[in-house]
Amino acid sequence: MISLYLQDCTYFTRKEILRLFYRYRDLAPQLVPLDYTNHPDVKLPYELIGSMPELKDNPFRQRIAEVFSEDGEGNMTLDDFLDMFSVLSEMAPRDLKAYYAFKIYDFNNDDFICKSDLEKTLNKLTRNELTEDEVRMVCEKVIDEADLDNDGRLSLEDFQHMIVRAPEFLR
Amino acid sequence: MPRKRDVSSDDVGIEIDGDLSDSDDGATQRRTNRRQAAGRGGARARGRGKKPASEDEDEDDEEDEAPRGRRGANKKKPAKKRGGGDDDDSEDEAPKRKRGGAANKKKGGKAQDSDDEDSDAGKGKKGKKGGKKGGKDEEEDSKGKKGDSKGKDKGKDKDNDKKKKKKKDDSSSDSNSNSDEEEESMSEGEMARLMEEVEEKKKLIATIRNKPWRMKRRLTHLKEAQQFVDKFEGALGKGKGRKWYAYKVMMTKKWIKFQRDFENFRTACIPWERKIKEVESHFGSSVASYFIFLRWMYGMNLVLFGFTFGLVVIPEVLMGLPYGSIPRKTVPRAEQATAQDYSVLMDFNGYCKYSVLFYGFYNNQRTIGLLKFRLPLSYLMVGIGTFGYSLMVVIRTMAKNADVGGGDGDEGEFTFAWKMFTSWDYLIGNSETADNKYASITTSFKESIVDEQENQKDENIHLRRFLRLLANVLITCSLGGSGYLIYFVVKRSQEFASRDDLSWYEKNELEIIMSLLGLVCPPLFETIAELEDYHPRIALKWQLGRIFALFLGNLYTFLFALFDEVNTKLEEEESIKNASIWAMKEYYANYTRLLNDTESTPPPMDPSDVIRGPCWETAVGVEFVKLTVSDIQVSYLTILIGDFARAVIVRFLNYCWCWDLEAGFPSYGEFDISGNVLGLVFNQGMIWMGAFYAPGLVGINVLRLLSSMYYQCWAVMATNVPHERVFKASKSNNFYMGLLLLILFLSLLPVVYTIMTLPPSFDCGPFSGKPKMFDVIMETIELDLPAFLGTLFSYAANPGLIIPAVLLMVLAIYYLNSVSEAYQNSNMELKKKMQMARDEEKNRRNNTDSTNQVMKDLEDLLPNRSLAPPAPPEPEKGPEQEAKPTKMKPGSAGKGVNLQKDVALASPNPNVRGPVNRAPGPRGPGGMPGPGPGPGPGPGRGRGRGRGRGPPPR
Repeated sequence: MISLYLQDCTYFTRKEILRLFYRYRDLAPQLVPLDYTNHPDVKLPYELIGSMPELKDNPFRQRIAEVFSEDGEGNMTLDDFLDMFSVLSEMAPRDLKAYYAFKIYDFNNDDFICKSDLEKTLNKLTRNELTEDEVRMVCEKVIDEADLDNDGRLSLEDFQHMIVRAPEFLR
Repeated sequence: MPRKRDVSSDDVGIEIDGDLSDSDDGATQRRTNRRQAAGRGGARARGRGKKPASEDEDEDDEEDEAPRGRRGANKKKPAKKRGGGDDDDSEDEAPKRKRGGAANKKKGGKAQDSDDEDSDAGKGKKGKKGGKKGGKDEEEDSKGKKGDSKGKDKGKDKDNDKKKKKKKDDSSSDSNSNSDEEEESMSEGEMARLMEEVEEKKKLIATIRNKPWRMKRRLTHLKEAQQFVDKFEGALGKGKGRKWYAYKVMMTKKWIKFQRDFENFRTACIPWERKIKEVESHFGSSVASYFIFLRWMYGMNLVLFGFTFGLVVIPEVLMGLPYGSIPRKTVPRAEQATAQDYSVLMDFNGYCKYSVLFYGFYNNQRTIGLLKFRLPLSYLMVGIGTFGYSLMVVIRTMAKNADVGGGDGDEGEFTFAWKMFTSWDYLIGNSETADNKYASITTSFKESIVDEQENQKDENIHLRRFLRLLANVLITCSLGGSGYLIYFVVKRSQEFASRDDLSWYEKNELEIIMSLLGLVCPPLFETIAELEDYHPRIALKWQLGRIFALFLGNLYTFLFALFDEVNTKLEEEESIKNASIWAMKEYYANYTRLLNDTESTPPPMDPSDVIRGPCWETAVGVEFVKLTVSDIQVSYLTILIGDFARAVIVRFLNYCWCWDLEAGFPSYGEFDISGNVLGLVFNQGMIWMGAFYAPGLVGINVLRLLSSMYYQCWAVMATNVPHERVFKASKSNNFYMGLLLLILFLSLLPVVYTIMTLPPSFDCGPFSGKPKMFDVIMETIELDLPAFLGTLFSYAANPGLIIPAVLLMVLAIYYLNSVSEAYQNSNMELKKKMQMARDEEKNRRNNTDSTNQVMKDLEDLLPNRSLAPPAPPEPEKGPEQEAKPTKMKPGSAGKGVNLQKDVALASPNPNVRGPVNRAPGPRGPGGMPGPGPGPGPGPGRGRGRGRGRGPPPR
């Protein structure tokens, strides 16, 4: 029943939603009830979500969980969980992905990717292997390249403008 | 209007699997539902419709009624008959259907009958009126309806009560019976309004997953929209092609998945892709480019191997005379004692020399075996074909690489931004892979940083120029010096050749000098190159070119020595030929004399006793094979000692050494790109030159490349450290290819020369007994082809034809060359323009300054400085706005920047909604010429308002 609506809200078929539900439940069988008809208010802590094989090697796993969780702390309800996988699935359109990617890279949630966000991103990507000078230079270059309105930070618009042209972004 | 149907069918398509089960029992329920819904819809629509409703619209509708009715009929029919209708049809009919939808709705609004029969009848009437597809009757109608309901009623039970509730809420419709009358009187315009609303809701449903909302919000919105649609869509004709659509969506999904899998499979089929990626992630693309080149060489050699073995070696083994049957296939008696010694075999003498691996083993029989395989012809063809194929492949690859864009580095505007935001692969689920990915991202950042630093560097340009000039002078001097040295030594060795009293040094002088040069010069060049201070990628190219020039000297001496040898052998051959014939005659004479029997034919001489010529072809082949093998040994040993042993020593002696070995003097080795690439290129040159004289050489080379792939991959990962400045290889390794092409050409010359001018040995090889090797072609033409072809060939060989042909080709080359130059120019021009446009855009956005002073002045002159409209990049309409059509005022600038989010997010998902979007396509031109988006109330172009305001349709 609920899955009918969920199907419209996600990019999944009924089967996939069920499978995801079981995945979700397997993370903490003692917490998650099998019966979801009356919408129990269950949240899985970030530690469990982040330990999923899909995420555990991702440098941005914490951010991903935070962005998709309703409380912003990485603790996810089933809805959040489905939402996350839906957006990350290959069926999701690139604009949606771009929007969430922006949110993920926007570490301080100020709706702009500013220098500190870029530095954080870069350090996560390279595991702090670049020197400070290099980091600074790369960040400057990124802003220089993608910042269309010259406010020294990337807005969502800048970000989308840049990212939809990327060959690697979504196939 | 048509959109509605499309959209709805979309959700249906997705949900259909879930819904099918309840559809049957739902059908009846559905009807009542729909009726109610219609009733309510009518009422509501009227209430709402008042806002936008205009007389125009009513009129339109009425005018359209007749055709619409017909169309409604049409539409219904396909739905039923085709079980969903096929796609093309439905697309073609999209405009019609749109109208059909309108008609239905109208009907719904008008009829709003209390019972189903009535509505059915009405429809039936209309259908008959249309008459086009006369076969329609009520039965069909009802069926069609059922179909509709089936598809539509997802969660019907759920919706039922809700609908009812809503109905109650709605003040206008007190009860079913009441509404009937009201609806009867409802205007067409209101119906249209309603339809649009439903349409919008459906659109919302279809696109809700594209909205970056929280799930809860999405769910609530979805539920609302769903209810609304369920309630009202009964008024709108539906149910056409739904199954087909669902099927199509499913197939599209499957197809995409299949493509993906196939792509994965193809990638998995590329050999060593993972190994190379691993190397690349740790050592950068420059080192990886060597391995990619190696892999490419392997592929090419595999094909050569296939030709040589399939057409020459294997036929000879299977069908040719066996070993020991004739002199050329037998080890001479003098050598037999040592023919199996290991050292002899390692020198490719003894049994090796008289084996299928070398030219001399092949017999000059015109055809062999039952199949009448023309081995000599095939041998020559394969020899020439090797070059032909190699040339073709090298040139084609070069052209393809150039096509990829010989981008030396930055090819995009967003190099760093893309690297930063798109380099992580979210599919990585393996920690080892993740490690590699981290390494590769770091490496690629470093590469780009090096590039960028290179761009930013601006120092004393004059000093740099001077230094570069100086470096080139120095290197030219040292190259010239070494060239002269080689020439001198070769001269001297020729003198030495005629003397016997030679010291060890004098004997080996040539080799010693050559290897000394090879040892000293590359580091010397590298040191001098530091003066130039080029970007490492360019420095690598210079280094490659210079060492290449040096190695050419090597090649020159080798070939020189070889030709000397061949010439002496040819002279020797003359005398041996006579001796051999003489010996044969003597043998027969002796035989007859001893037996005193002139009648009986003597038994043939033992093949190992026959006196034979030196067979210079085999000698050359042996020389090449020996060279290749020793090259393999040397390079493998170098890796083992120079890299591996060094790494082990540095690693383990570091614990007990007085300075830091890892950071200090020996340190770990870097991967020597230039040396390895050149080694590969020159090795390939040897193969090309030697393959004609030693067919087995290709096989050896394939083995070599195969093993060195694994060996070097291991070595580089285990013992080397990344370069100090990791730099990005140019995307096309056309420079390597260029070197290869040069070598190919150089190695082509001696082989073609020998084939065309030198006489083949008289007693060995497939061409023995002929004055020239290529005579085998003449022979084939004369003996095997019809006579007129022979004359044709003789005409074709006429210089009168050849010279014009050559001229023509030269002209063609010239023409193509100038054309490509022109293209290149225009390309550059376009690139410049793009860059300018980009800068301009940036400046506009800033709204502050324009770089262009003239433009700035112009702008000042203009009264309103609206030269820079804040046009958002994606002027696409979001469904959210559509959901609230009142929000959009036709004249206004539409979506401001704050709407941007929704706008962009709503842009169509190519996978899921592709087909959905297609259907509305025809609508513009076909269905609604007038009222639709046509005259366009500005950017708002929304159907809601557009319809209301547009001029009367037709």
